[in-house]
Amino acid sequence: MKKSVIITDKLTKRFGAFTAVDAITFEVTQGEIFGFLGANGAGKTTAMRMLCGLLHPTNGRAEVAGFDVFRQREKIKQHIGYMSQRFSLYEDLTVRENIRLYGGIYGLKTNELKTKSDTLINRLGLNEEANKLVRSLPLGWRQKLAFSVAILHEPSIVFLDEPTGGVDPVTRRQFWDMIYETANAGITVFVTTHYMDEAEYCNRVSIMVDGRIEALDSPTGLKKTFSADSMDEVFIQLARKATRND
Amino acid sequence: MRTLRFLLQKEFRQIFRDPAILRIIFMMPIVQLILLPFAADYEIKNINLSVVDQDHSTYSQQLIQKMTASGYFRLTNYAPSYPQALQAVESNTADIILTIPPHFEKDLVRHSEAKIMLAANAINGVKAGLGTSYAMQIINDFNREVREDWILLPKYNEMPTIEIVTANWYNPQIDYHLFMVPGILAILVTMVGSFLAAMNIVREKEVGTIEQINVTPVHKYQFLLGKLIPFWVLGLVTLAMGFLVAWIIFGIIPVGYYITIFSFAAVYLLAVLGIGLLVSTYADTQQQATLIAFFFMMIFILLSGLYTPVESMPGWAQVISWLNPVTHFVTVVRAVVIKGSGISDVLPELFTVLGFAIFYNSWAVLNYRKTA
Repeated sequence: MKKSVIITDKLTKRFGAFTAVDAITFEVTQGEIFGFLGANGAGKTTAMRMLCGLLHPTNGRAEVAGFDVFRQREKIKQHIGYMSQRFSLYEDLTVRENIRLYGGIYGLKTNELKTKSDTLINRLGLNEEANKLVRSLPLGWRQKLAFSVAILHEPSIVFLDEPTGGVDPVTRRQFWDMIYETANAGITVFVTTHYMDEAEYCNRVSIMVDGRIEALDSPTGLKKTFSADSMDEVFIQLARKATRND
Repeated sequence: MRTLRFLLQKEFRQIFRDPAILRIIFMMPIVQLILLPFAADYEIKNINLSVVDQDHSTYSQQLIQKMTASGYFRLTNYAPSYPQALQAVESNTADIILTIPPHFEKDLVRHSEAKIMLAANAINGVKAGLGTSYAMQIINDFNREVREDWILLPKYNEMPTIEIVTANWYNPQIDYHLFMVPGILAILVTMVGSFLAAMNIVREKEVGTIEQINVTPVHKYQFLLGKLIPFWVLGLVTLAMGFLVAWIIFGIIPVGYYITIFSFAAVYLLAVLGIGLLVSTYADTQQQATLIAFFFMMIFILLSGLYTPVESMPGWAQVISWLNPVTHFVTVVRAVVIKGSGISDVLPELFTVLGFAIFYNSWAVLNYRKTA
């Protein structure tokens, strides 16, 4: 029995009268690839920001990496990695400088920093570009680099917010290979996406509609429940029920 | 400490990679110091003078000549009557009308008393005020000369006159450059400190990198120090650049010590950076930050005593200008540069500015949140 690294219990976020996230309850176990799906405005990003300690929850309870999201946000931050849909590296720093900055912030030792940067640059095949500004790299490479930087300090969970938006299919495929590697290394991957083929790659998928989790199962299980051929159909069946627009 | 080192390294790299910031730091002092002191000169020259001479005598000619020879006035209009001179004022070709009535010379010689009229276009109050006061000085001078001419002969009757001799201390030539340059330097440092720092933080908000920093274990004090220190250094560099330019172009070397100015600036910059930080916590886009900063800079500059003496402001404005850190910096830079004040002379200002530094920074830190 693997242990749970994310536990939420009726986690809720209200902005005034608007309930962005409505009492969501779920658990994610260690090393799992957990797909967090939902239409635009369904509340995915809000939920994720609460789990990362960027947003105060209104109600409910949640633990991330064993720490409480209400009281131990700074502890959580030490143990998670985060890559947002908005570009998260500094474009006016070079590849190596970005690695160094984030590694340094997470408290990597000087020699560790050196060896880790070298391995990372090698693995991504960025030897030629190591001293070029991130701005000059193609989007796909930047996303891969951003992901690698997010897991540089070996967090127990990494949160990816639409990590493959605007990236070509080949790079997307490579990106998912990296996600698998990461999960195999024991790092839990919590990922939001709009691509249903990517949803198929996840171990388990939750689908949010209007701030609530309407379905949570493995892709195979979901397809069976909704008697659908693909995740696409499952998603559309659920998302149609949405009453709120963004 | 180690985290801060990484953050500082990042900031300095970004700053030195940004040509716009470098341009601001190096070009702004040079351009502003070259242009502004010449524009902000209180001495008014070329006041357009319209003369209505109804006497056409030797004395009236002498007076007119004396006026135009002073260098302050430019005779642009020679009108036959006052209403016609007034037309020149209305059409904006004359600023001051000098009316010399008929029998001016006769009255002056016979009754040793004559009247002339000065009328000034007071749309530009400064010009009107200074213009009439220059004219009065010249007329008084003229008056004395005439009397001396006439009274010269009977030696027994010595003229009892009080001669006023003015001595302008510290700036004997009333050189406006000496007065304006330190003030402009103070404004420059303020701009770099508040404006650039605010823009820098807001930019990270806009690009989204601040969110990435917020999910890391970086403490907010580390992040803020990482932003403050580089701009603190830049502010001092700008000040040094400014003094270099002031020396090269205007030959201005402080009478006091540079160390006094820089020590004061070191504390002052903390206050200004606090304001910049505060602006950045309220603004979400660079556009908002620019507008907020612009609003404050206008008030700060106009209520700082840079252009107009604080003493001539109404009471409430004097209170605001006391609350304005720029006022204190302008005062101190001028005092050190022109008068040679030492650090012990500017201690009250130093403590005031230190108070501002603590106030603004605390406010900014309280208002900056890693978590929404």
